[in-house]
Amino acid sequence: MTDRLVVVGASHAGCRLAFAARELGFAGEIVLIGAEPTPPYQRPPLSKGYLKGATPLAAILLKSEAAFHEAGIALRLGTPVTAIDRTARTVALASGGAIAWSRLALTTGARVRRLAVPGADLAGVFHMRDLADADALGAALPGAARAVVVGGGFIGLEAAAVLRGLGLAVTVLEAADRLAPRAFPPLLSAWLKTLHESRGVDVRLGAQLREIVGRDGRVAAAGLADGHEIACDLVVVGIGVVPADDLARDAGLAVDRGILVDAHGLTSDPAIAAAGDCARHPNPWAATPGAPTLLESVQNAHDQARVAAAALVGRPIVHDAVPWFWSDQYDTRIQMAGLSHPDDEIVLRGDPAAGRFSLLHLRDGRLAAVDSVGWPQDHMAARRLLIDRPAIDPERAGRHDGGLADLCRIG
Amino acid sequence: MTDVTFILRDGSRRTLDIAEGTSVMQAAVMENLKGIDGECGGCLSCATCHVYVEAIGTGALPPMDEEENALLDGVAAERRPESRLSCQILATPGLSGLVLRVPERQV
Repeated sequence: MTDRLVVVGASHAGCRLAFAARELGFAGEIVLIGAEPTPPYQRPPLSKGYLKGATPLAAILLKSEAAFHEAGIALRLGTPVTAIDRTARTVALASGGAIAWSRLALTTGARVRRLAVPGADLAGVFHMRDLADADALGAALPGAARAVVVGGGFIGLEAAAVLRGLGLAVTVLEAADRLAPRAFPPLLSAWLKTLHESRGVDVRLGAQLREIVGRDGRVAAAGLADGHEIACDLVVVGIGVVPADDLARDAGLAVDRGILVDAHGLTSDPAIAAAGDCARHPNPWAATPGAPTLLESVQNAHDQARVAAAALVGRPIVHDAVPWFWSDQYDTRIQMAGLSHPDDEIVLRGDPAAGRFSLLHLRDGRLAAVDSVGWPQDHMAARRLLIDRPAIDPERAGRHDGGLADLCRIG
Repeated sequence: MTDVTFILRDGSRRTLDIAEGTSVMQAAVMENLKGIDGECGGCLSCATCHVYVEAIGTGALPPMDEEENALLDGVAAERRPESRLSCQILATPGLSGLVLRVPERQV
């Protein structure tokens, strides 16, 4: 029987996993299957430069055709997978037929959480996940003057920044009492609100969307639960994602809001790995170290993919990279290292008014995560320092204005 | 088009013909050149496209800004005077003949 690695999901994780398996010496066939018709591309620019029209599609592709060819990776694009047969060791394709595998990787990513209020299917309502979503929104921008963004998390805020930059009037609706409540401590939520308001965005907190009001089949306004209506030409939805774990669940693999994998990236079937947004993995940086964790980031997709590839080729390594994330809004870069928790003690260093500061998250007196705004030095230092979880004196940390590394050495 | 040569970790050389305006990182990642990761896609967030400049062509490299300088402090391999982030080097005709060495590690 042919030794064949089949990778389901031509995502950041899928692409990385396929190339990593080859680099690690896998000599069999590699088939990378993607549901979308486009070759694997980078997702972060979709809500940033690509949406702005500043970055062409060719510039956000992950690998060239020649690179796939050279690595001996066969691409099957526009080919959704409908089922996994673990006994016959095949995947069934929506187009009919099946592909046999001896090792299987699931890098199916996440699906966008869809708006579930009346009017959500009106023309002019856009979700943000895939290239097609960004293209559809981009095509609607020229005739639009007013946008409502549903969701004040990363995707919503990045979209708001781009739309505002293109001259649209923008209102952001966030159901919670502050922006990005899951990702950030209150101080950073408040700072982001000020940032967006200073650029002319109308930020509505505690806003409950009741319906999208339509006229002639098109969006006309966002109707709030308190009776207010905000007139708009388009609605952009960024209310999170759900892991695409249904193929795994249907195949009888262990699933719990994501495909459960071990520290090596293997699922409950050791012939099958999973990586990226779809894979809930034991993360040493979680508040309860080793707790099953779902991370939605490019860096995690890359790191997990490398780990999963290593396990599939029989050279297992442990996934223990310090997690990091970034978000660009206007000309501000927000960078996060480590995994924060709502109970962390927060120490501010730097100057929020100057747009250059970091929030140190301390857990049991030790550095657990760092959120940096306009301070790449702190972010880079944090990613190195977090490996040792150094003890920090909060009193001193708040006063200290030197490098983060010095603080940890002396503190 | 701009010819940029990479000296890989095993000492071998590979030359890419890069379209004007494309970053050296982007071209290297797209062609799967081993040793250039470029995880963040070139938005100055990751410092995984570190290179050592061995020789420049006829033109000059773009000057290093504060952010690149800051990120270079965080590269995984040794930072040297000739260190640059390849995402900040856009291909221009004058840069043809540029030779870059891939560092021992990026993460």
